[in-house]
Amino acid sequence: MESLLQFLFSGLTVGAVYALVALGFTIISNASDVVNFAQGEFVMLGGMITVFAHEAGVPLALAAVLAILLTAAVGVALNKLAIEPARGAPVVSVIIITIGASILIRGASQLIFDKQLHRLPSFSGDAPIRIGGATLLPQSLWVIGGALVVFVALWLFFTRTLTGKAVLATANNRLAAQLVGINTRAIMTLSFALSAAIGALAGVLATPITLVSYDVGVALALKGFAAAMLGGMGNPKGALVGGLLLGLFEALTAGYISSQYKEAVAFIVILAVLFAMPQGLFGAKSTERV
Amino acid sequence: MLSTKWLQLAVLAVLIALLPLLFPSGYYYRIGALIFVNALAVTGLVILVGWAGQISLGHAGFAGIGAYACALAPEHLGLHPALAVLLGAGISAALAALIGRPILRLKGYYLGVATLGFGILVTMVLTNERVWTGGPDGMSVAELGLRDLLRDMGVRISGGVFWYWFCGLVLLIGAWFALNLYDSATGRALRALHGSEVAASTIGIDVPKLKLQAFVISAVYASVAGSLLALQNRFITPDVAGFMHSIEMVTMAVLGGVGSVFGAIFGAVILTLLPQVLTVFAEYEQLVLGAVMILVMIFLPRGLLPSIAARLKRKSS
Repeated sequence: MESLLQFLFSGLTVGAVYALVALGFTIISNASDVVNFAQGEFVMLGGMITVFAHEAGVPLALAAVLAILLTAAVGVALNKLAIEPARGAPVVSVIIITIGASILIRGASQLIFDKQLHRLPSFSGDAPIRIGGATLLPQSLWVIGGALVVFVALWLFFTRTLTGKAVLATANNRLAAQLVGINTRAIMTLSFALSAAIGALAGVLATPITLVSYDVGVALALKGFAAAMLGGMGNPKGALVGGLLLGLFEALTAGYISSQYKEAVAFIVILAVLFAMPQGLFGAKSTERV
Repeated sequence: MLSTKWLQLAVLAVLIALLPLLFPSGYYYRIGALIFVNALAVTGLVILVGWAGQISLGHAGFAGIGAYACALAPEHLGLHPALAVLLGAGISAALAALIGRPILRLKGYYLGVATLGFGILVTMVLTNERVWTGGPDGMSVAELGLRDLLRDMGVRISGGVFWYWFCGLVLLIGAWFALNLYDSATGRALRALHGSEVAASTIGIDVPKLKLQAFVISAVYASVAGSLLALQNRFITPDVAGFMHSIEMVTMAVLGGVGSVFGAIFGAVILTLLPQVLTVFAEYEQLVLGAVMILVMIFLPRGLLPSIAARLKRKSS
């Protein structure tokens, strides 16, 4: 029983990171139908910039803010320099562009920073909290709390604000959105900035637990993408639930079946969900326009 | 009057035959063979991505199956390496048929993630089943034995030279098959479903069956390419099935021009040579590769070869 609780805790922590990455995917896909494979690099940048700024003597909180702002700027640059010029290109081309961007960002960070593993001090100490025989790191609460706060904020943004609804309108029908006076270019820029900032936040929160190096992005992007798919692309609720579920599946598999195959089970579950309900758990049913 | 198909094949054959005249050292034969192997895998992707319009981000998984079939079957089943190539191709085809049925119902990004998941599963099995595969460190592969046969016949050539000609020959056969397919009823139907699946099915094309055929054929191409890679390197690691290898394959296809066999081969040439040229600036390799991928997709969205051809045509008219 205690070990089950322990697995649940670690699953929720990892799952919260996946959920944050998936929320980042959700924003961009909501605005543009683009799936951004460089999403994992935002997480890496968030962690790396914070580490290096902190080592240079900047206070941790300020370093984190700096990292989030800089990563958001990278997100905007990605949109302006690579996504916007390729508007209307087929899906394969956009996939290659964002994968190219992820390779480029990785290559650049390897030059600017280094190839070492780095960690940050925990925000509220390392004394584990004991709950029912299992232990929970205070930093885990930061990660899970961060994911919940971002989710609620995004949910309010998409349902309660005019800008949020403009984002949804842009994704739904770009031309119609322009006709009712929405500045779709500004919306795209906003989405990339937001998405990158959320990715960077995930990096800042998770680095004290998971450590960071220049090449952590690929795995995170794949897991976040898988989580977003599991929940249903474009739906913040789906991203949150998909991320947490994926984390739990992984932790339970690692605990009870085989730690080597924990990631395999995640992908098997996703394949099964895609076959049974191709729109994911919370995705809207869509019919193809002829 | 030669048809374009035979003209294309003749050009390819002449290029393969004449290229060694420019080689300053034996090392270039190795790179040439590597280009042909990549081009073969990418030709398969032309059929799947370029003609049928489906995405795969996991085709390296099939290359991995082909490669490890050549490594494992001779050791454990006592099979001749040449038969192991066929066994690998058979397993890849069967697996592609099995997973293709449910996977190919998906579209766009969803199809991408499903194929990607498949590729990752293959890599994981190859990495984790240490007892069989030697884990991440890889394992050695038996000699194909064809060179000994040639020696008995009195022909003595070095390994690099042999693999250059052998892979060149297999690529020619692969290209011949693909070009034949393009002109056949199946090829036309594939291109029709790329245009519009609904329209294709209204004129009586069995869309799911056709997509599955394209998927299986392209899997066999990737598998044979993987086998050739394993046999000529005599050593193999799970990286051959990895995510980055899948991406590399799709990038080669799209970079050169995914609509035509020649374009894809051109893409394979560029992307195989690029890292060789960049070894001097090893630190910048990823940076340059990423930039090239983005720039080509933005400025030459149809791929290098078609864009260059269109530009030449405009100039001459």
